[in-house]
Amino acid sequence: MARNGAFSRRRASEGADWFDLCQANVEEAHVLAVDDSLVDRKVIERLLKISSFKVTAVDSGLRALQFLGLDGEKSHVDFHSLKVDLIITDYCMPGMTGYELLKRIKGSSALREIPVVVMSSENVVARIDRCLEEGAEDFIVKPVKLSDVRRLKDYMARGCQPDSGGKNHQKRKQLHGSATSSWSPLPSVSSSRSRSRSQSPLVDTPAAPCSPSSLESPTRRLRMTS
Amino acid sequence: MELGLMQRRLEDYTKSLFMEGLLDAQFLQLQQLQDESNPGFVGEVVSLFFDDSEKLLNELTSAMDQQIVDFRKVDSYVHQFKGSSSSIGAQRIKNVCILFRNYIEEQNIEACLRCLQQVKQEYYHVKSKLETLFRLEQQVLAAGGSIPAIEVTSF
Repeated sequence: MARNGAFSRRRASEGADWFDLCQANVEEAHVLAVDDSLVDRKVIERLLKISSFKVTAVDSGLRALQFLGLDGEKSHVDFHSLKVDLIITDYCMPGMTGYELLKRIKGSSALREIPVVVMSSENVVARIDRCLEEGAEDFIVKPVKLSDVRRLKDYMARGCQPDSGGKNHQKRKQLHGSATSSWSPLPSVSSSRSRSRSQSPLVDTPAAPCSPSSLESPTRRLRMTS
Repeated sequence: MELGLMQRRLEDYTKSLFMEGLLDAQFLQLQQLQDESNPGFVGEVVSLFFDDSEKLLNELTSAMDQQIVDFRKVDSYVHQFKGSSSSIGAQRIKNVCILFRNYIEEQNIEACLRCLQQVKQEYYHVKSKLETLFRLEQQVLAAGGSIPAIEVTSF
């Protein structure tokens, strides 16, 4: 079957789409994507556009805050007209991590209502919990797929918004289920639906802030290896 | 060469890359993001990956070459390489990076140097294969054909 022409392809300009359940609005939601990797920015931008989102992609937490008007400096853009409906950020970034960015956003009265989703290549329970506790809506394990992006509509400020307390607890259980529980030297060939497992052994190292072994509590480590 | 034969050759070649474990399902995801409105998407992403990787490999080589190796820096580069290779579905590169990070954590210089060699080999290998893949695709398109979709279950 030919890849082009045989199916009706989604275009960025199309409004209503067939997997859009909560979004009654025809106007495209605006997502701010934050990732220091050029390759990942290109991919996430395309994933979002093909899912009918408007996208602004920036390469750092600092630039994200500037865009959101939170850095204290006078922004050359009137950020009020560039309303952001969701922020999706990488966890591991030099300078300000995604976690620090999340804290800044949730700590701001002007921005705390904007849903934030965190992406990471490291699938670790403690990291997931830390983000959810800080108010992230979801935690996506990289590499990001279309199915991950489709779920984002559930978190749209203008869309359906179920009770966040109960949702958070359920979300945590769901994410724990797929997160690292044991260490193995090499991953098996992954299918398109499986989550990758973190490969780093859980020992303390003089590592960069984004190493999954740093900041993990001993109790979590015990739970993960049992 | 007749179009049908060209398409068959392309399909077999693509499948072989998956069978050899060079590419994984993430590459298929990228192909799904390519359509008439964005026909060069996969090529563009892969191109970015090549540029990014060459820079990373240079930095990595330089970092490993120092009298006193800064493992935090090395780890940062390998983490980046692991991320970008994972994002395009370059499975073997990703796997070597995972191994590499284990040795970095142990601060095992010899093993790290071996990994550096290996990761370079894997990179140039997949680069060459992908360049061939794109060439075969171009031939099919130039002959007026379309690119056959690869089934996820077939490998």
